[in-house]
Amino acid sequence: MDLTAPDGAATLYHPTPAGLDPKVATREVSVTYGGKLALDRVTLNVPDRSVTACIGPSGCGKSTFLRCINRMNDTIDNAKVTGSIRIDDEEVNDRSVDPVVLRARVGMVFQKPNPFPKSIYDNIAYGPRIHGLASSREELDAIVETSLKKAGLWNEVADRLAQPGTSLSGGQQQRLVIARAIAVNPEVILMDEPCSALDPIATARIEELIDELRENYALVIVTHSMAQAARVSQMTAFFHLGALVEYGPTEEIFTNPLDQRTQDYITGRFG
Amino acid sequence: MTTPIRAPHIVKAFSEELERLAADVAAMGGLAESLVSDALEAAATRDGDLAAEVMARDVQVDDMQRDIEKKIIRLLALRQPIAQDLRVCIAALKIVADLERVGDLAKSIARRVPTLNESDPTPFAASVDRMGKLVLGHLHQVLDAYATGQARQAVGVWERDDDVDEHYNALFRELIGAMTEDPAMIGPGAHLLFIAKNLERIGDHATNIAEVVHYLVTGREIASERPRGPRPEAP
Repeated sequence: MDLTAPDGAATLYHPTPAGLDPKVATREVSVTYGGKLALDRVTLNVPDRSVTACIGPSGCGKSTFLRCINRMNDTIDNAKVTGSIRIDDEEVNDRSVDPVVLRARVGMVFQKPNPFPKSIYDNIAYGPRIHGLASSREELDAIVETSLKKAGLWNEVADRLAQPGTSLSGGQQQRLVIARAIAVNPEVILMDEPCSALDPIATARIEELIDELRENYALVIVTHSMAQAARVSQMTAFFHLGALVEYGPTEEIFTNPLDQRTQDYITGRFG
Repeated sequence: MTTPIRAPHIVKAFSEELERLAADVAAMGGLAESLVSDALEAAATRDGDLAAEVMARDVQVDDMQRDIEKKIIRLLALRQPIAQDLRVCIAALKIVADLERVGDLAKSIARRVPTLNESDPTPFAASVDRMGKLVLGHLHQVLDAYATGQARQAVGVWERDDDVDEHYNALFRELIGAMTEDPAMIGPGAHLLFIAKNLERIGDHATNIAEVVHYLVTGREIASERPRGPRPEAP
């Protein structure tokens, strides 16, 4: 996974451990909102079956970067995305790519749990139904059960699947929307501060879940918690003022960052 | 302390605690160094009172170690330091352990002074004193490297540990020879050997500290195994 920063962009890349195959590869991805530069030529590889954490101060571009991967920026009128984003060698921004299909491949979990105003069952079943993943009620039941089990929620909701998703606690709702993302067989799961509205116990459950999901998916997580990035991720990307400053194994970033700005940010100093 | 603590933290108390920690370690280093220096002077000048004073002062080094360790545990628990801040804490923890041993070894040297004073002065005492000055110089330089954050100076001390070992081996051979020739030398010779062994160990602790200082400043271990000359042949 050798990477080089594009001309004029100064990203420091740590050597990447062997055995990590890139799942998502971005090359010189820039984003402008109404002419204002939000992301400046970001080149990085997100490895498969591992967690990549994006960290940096507010407005650094980390969420913008996340939103590029499943083309969420399409929904913003004045947003312009340039550069290449490939998932398994398929260009995400190609006209031939249907964003709805893409967003099934690339699931997303937001800061605030956003279950549909439907039953717990239908929250999970909705995606498989519209994507035609189940041909019978039994198959759909099986998908709902498996997804809820993978999200570690099954034991808590098995006897009340008909109740509204919104009746669950915040931590349960967050696991419900993770189950909803899993139900459509994604390859990549994006999480934008998935724990910032949760208490420490619910946070620990989600972190444990992230660690389990890593066996099957590539995960990219945006977090404001340094400790969380250190706990859950294998790779860490530090963004500052729209640029990718430093990218490498989490252990390296947190014990021996190369760039002064990374050092200052993670240790809580003025940048 | 200028380095390794650079820019202040957003939480000022955190920066202050790290600075105080480094200053405490430096102060403990100064105390350990003075114990070695005074123990050597007591041996060279056959000063029993000074030796007794060194033995009594060692307890201060032990107290400082306990105090600093407590502060480090508190820092780790409450501030969860990472990157350079974590290195400051881990380095302090390791250095105070070495300094505590240095204090013990100085005390052990001082303890032999009254016994040595019971026999006539020997020419070997001067030789032991020269080795002591060499070790003391290493200890001083490595503590200086810690206080100023100079990795290169630390590497210099690390590389020169062979000089101490050579000195020790030569002294060992000379003393064995003298004791074989003259049974009256066996008593003072044995004590001088122990003093030399203690000095050799103090040199090793200075070398350990040099490794820690290098890690503290650069985040890396000293690159390769030191090109070793003669290992201490003597036990």
